[in-house]
Amino acid sequence: MRFGVVVFPGSNCEADCYHVINKVLREDVEYVWHQETYVSGYDCLVLPGGFSYGDYLRCGAIARFSPVMDAVSSFAREGGLVIGICNGFQILLEAGLLPGAMLRNTSLHFICRFVNLRVENSSTPWTNRAAPGQVLRIPIAHNEGNYVVDRDTHRRMVEEGRIILRYCDGEGKVSEEANPNGALDNIAGICNEGFNVFGLMPHPERASEEILGSADGLVIWESIMAYHAERG
Amino acid sequence: MAELYEELGLTEDEYRDVVRLLGREPNKVELGMYSLMWSEHCSYKSSKMVLSQLPTRASYVLQGPGENAGIIDIGGGLAVAFKMESHNHPSAVEPYQGAATGIGGIVRDIFTMGARPIACLDPLRFGDPSRARTRYLLGGVVAGIAGYGNCLGIPTVGGDIYFDACYDENPLVNVMCIGIMRKENLTRGIATGVGNAVVLIGNRTGRDGIGGASILASQEFDETSQEKRPSVQVGDPFTEKLLIEACLELLEKGLLVGLQDLGAAGLSCACSETAARGGVGMKVWLERVPLREEMEPFEIVISESQERMLAVVEPEKLQGVMEICARWGLNAVVIGEVSEGDLLEVFWFGEKVAEVPASTLANGPVYDRRAEKPEYLAEANSLDIASLSHPTDYDRVLLELAGGPNLCCKRWVYEQYDHMVQLNTVVYPGSDAAVLRVKGTSKALAVSCDGNSRYVYLDPYLGTQIAVAESARNVVASGGVPMALTNCLNFGSPERPDIFWQFREAVRGLADAARHLELPVVSGNVSFYNESFGEAIYPTPVIGMVGLIGNLAHRRTMGFPAEGLLVVLLGETMAELGGSEYLHLVHGLTGGRPPALDLSREKVVQTTCIEAIRRGIIRSAHDCSEGGAAVALLECCCYGERGADLRAESDLLPHEWLFSESQSRFVVTVAEEDLGSLRRLATVRGVPLQVLGRTGGRRLRINDWIDLEVAEMRRAREEALERILSGGGHED
Repeated sequence: MRFGVVVFPGSNCEADCYHVINKVLREDVEYVWHQETYVSGYDCLVLPGGFSYGDYLRCGAIARFSPVMDAVSSFAREGGLVIGICNGFQILLEAGLLPGAMLRNTSLHFICRFVNLRVENSSTPWTNRAAPGQVLRIPIAHNEGNYVVDRDTHRRMVEEGRIILRYCDGEGKVSEEANPNGALDNIAGICNEGFNVFGLMPHPERASEEILGSADGLVIWESIMAYHAERG
Repeated sequence: MAELYEELGLTEDEYRDVVRLLGREPNKVELGMYSLMWSEHCSYKSSKMVLSQLPTRASYVLQGPGENAGIIDIGGGLAVAFKMESHNHPSAVEPYQGAATGIGGIVRDIFTMGARPIACLDPLRFGDPSRARTRYLLGGVVAGIAGYGNCLGIPTVGGDIYFDACYDENPLVNVMCIGIMRKENLTRGIATGVGNAVVLIGNRTGRDGIGGASILASQEFDETSQEKRPSVQVGDPFTEKLLIEACLELLEKGLLVGLQDLGAAGLSCACSETAARGGVGMKVWLERVPLREEMEPFEIVISESQERMLAVVEPEKLQGVMEICARWGLNAVVIGEVSEGDLLEVFWFGEKVAEVPASTLANGPVYDRRAEKPEYLAEANSLDIASLSHPTDYDRVLLELAGGPNLCCKRWVYEQYDHMVQLNTVVYPGSDAAVLRVKGTSKALAVSCDGNSRYVYLDPYLGTQIAVAESARNVVASGGVPMALTNCLNFGSPERPDIFWQFREAVRGLADAARHLELPVVSGNVSFYNESFGEAIYPTPVIGMVGLIGNLAHRRTMGFPAEGLLVVLLGETMAELGGSEYLHLVHGLTGGRPPALDLSREKVVQTTCIEAIRRGIIRSAHDCSEGGAAVALLECCCYGERGADLRAESDLLPHEWLFSESQSRFVVTVAEEDLGSLRRLATVRGVPLQVLGRTGGRRLRINDWIDLEVAEMRRAREEALERILSGGGHED
């Protein structure tokens, strides 16, 4: 399987994603520079975390205008797998590939810590290796992870099973106390209608080796690989 | 010029020296350059003589003091660059930008040497936490560190925070950065090769930070301090991130002769230092410097605008340098060239506006300041601690200590820092030292910062030795062998004999401890004039220690890792409550003598611990320091989420055994079958050892003195800082 990790000026998790794909998953991976206008030969594109263009405007608001984003959009339209992690998720929202927007965390602070996530739909390309309702321990690290979306879209996403991950406690209970940033309905990760575009605030690449405190993020990577293998 | 040199911070004698060196009166541009370069901040004029006694060498030291950062060899073709700096005064005036640009500066120092920055640590000191101003400063500083550091993708993995009223007006913001490099990429801030191009890379130059080093960093504070806000630089972490990537690519491809960051004193400093190090001259054409606004030559040479680098490039490699910078969207302009001789010549549209020997700028005056033992010491040291009342409710005292501002859990702070990015942090903040794996090897680095200024206030020589010993102990507890140290020496005005005595004694202590523990001092920073309204801070040397863990499997944390292990106290507990957290919190006093430190004992206790860790005997280890054995044991319980049932056999009074801060001690755990091996290792080295009891259960029990639930102790520790900072204190 061949991954492409998109690099924007100010991305800072691209090397981490590269490391996990290359050294832990042992799959092919290449960087895709933000000025590329055409991407091909990839089975999955990763938009990594960071502060693209410094995030001096709204997070991701400038990155969406990068030449590469047109290519990412076409890739997604054709059914290609696109995963946006943290800032990558924010860019997908700004680019309109996923619905909704991000507000600042309710604490008004950057938050870096492990959180628990309940897998709400385990029959997606991103979560097929998870048991229904499985709790994953994966860290977050962001300032703007307070997800909002209009009521109708939210209802539709619930009905269609597009809410993939929700913040929960260690026992899998979704509660206000377990919500680190104020996100609507404890939403931590969502998909588009075709389930081939996935955005999530937590960093699975930071939880892909036991030595870093958790390997639960592997569930997501391995789901991608299983989906790809099955699809052929 | 008479009024001008004074305004710029030069003394009359210094001005006369400038005239003598030039053989004429300096013009305004030259005077601006000298005033900055000869400021205390840039020239180390008061500290240089004293610092010369520090041990700086070891077989593995690749670069000692005098460059942008120190570098040590960690084997396998890899080296580690690190340094600590202060950004105290800018942070007092404008906490967010002050702290942010502090990060920017130290990070540039590291990648300038060719190393990729892999971690930052931030030792912070603030005033009385009940004051609104303290909360404002702390909030701003932490947000500034987070705002800048997180954006760069460099994890902030450690540091410490202490509160004391002596820092009310003058907080301390020290920052340490660590980088890793392949040895062959080691680059120096040096200009060589006549005819080579001098290239300015990065941000445009503006008026921000004009005179920061002389006006802010080299003067004490008074009621006009807020007017100095325009002297604080404004940070742009996005450009810094691009600079890191571009510069490392330039170095990796071998395109640079030398690289120097622009920090204090801006172009004046970068040009004169690189030229002086290379023994060459330099021509600089100021009109080529990209500007943000209209500026005079005088302002351009001293502007401290951030995120700028100076590169020395051979003409045939210029094209390649420009291409890489363009790819990263960075300005890169040839602003000068290396010339014969030793003159730094500055031009403005063809007109020569400055001509000075580079080395006279870079090597400023040196002062042998007068030192006199301060009067407060005799009284402070004579405090009769034995005559003070003794507590009866030890549980309550322990909870108060653990939930006090200095010893409580600092999670509220470190969760605002991205401490995980780069995937190297294998022991997260909150244990003795942060541990960073070195990818592609089985090695790891253990890093820690320490400095208890109360001890230093009561005995600068001993207190500074303790800071060295404790930071080394933290590294050892984490499984690392201490290799080398950096430091940031924060003091009041060196022009005051009592302050200078503190400084001299502290450096003597640093030198003796470093020599005895065989720890070269590879880099460092001095911050003087930390006083306001005539009142100096406690003398505050902060030590940053880097240790090597040869095998990742040897990393340790403080937490009790399993049920039924034996809890062992290595070292000896004496009645030493002088300068302790107990004395401060319970009696509101800072007095007596700091705990004694026998460096030979310290060394053998550390080698016993590290040897036992390497052999897999010790399962967890924690340094005993502020708050004594009781707080150390509480921390082991909280971190491991596990209790312990312990008996302390001692002639000491209960509160002495519990809260004494005797040095050279570790709390460790071992399996029962390994106790004999630990005993042998300890006995051979003459290290006292006491088996206290066993881990297990949900309570910490010590004799009939302490009986507390782990959950309650955790609440006390973990909820404290947010409570303290959420107010309840008086406004001022």
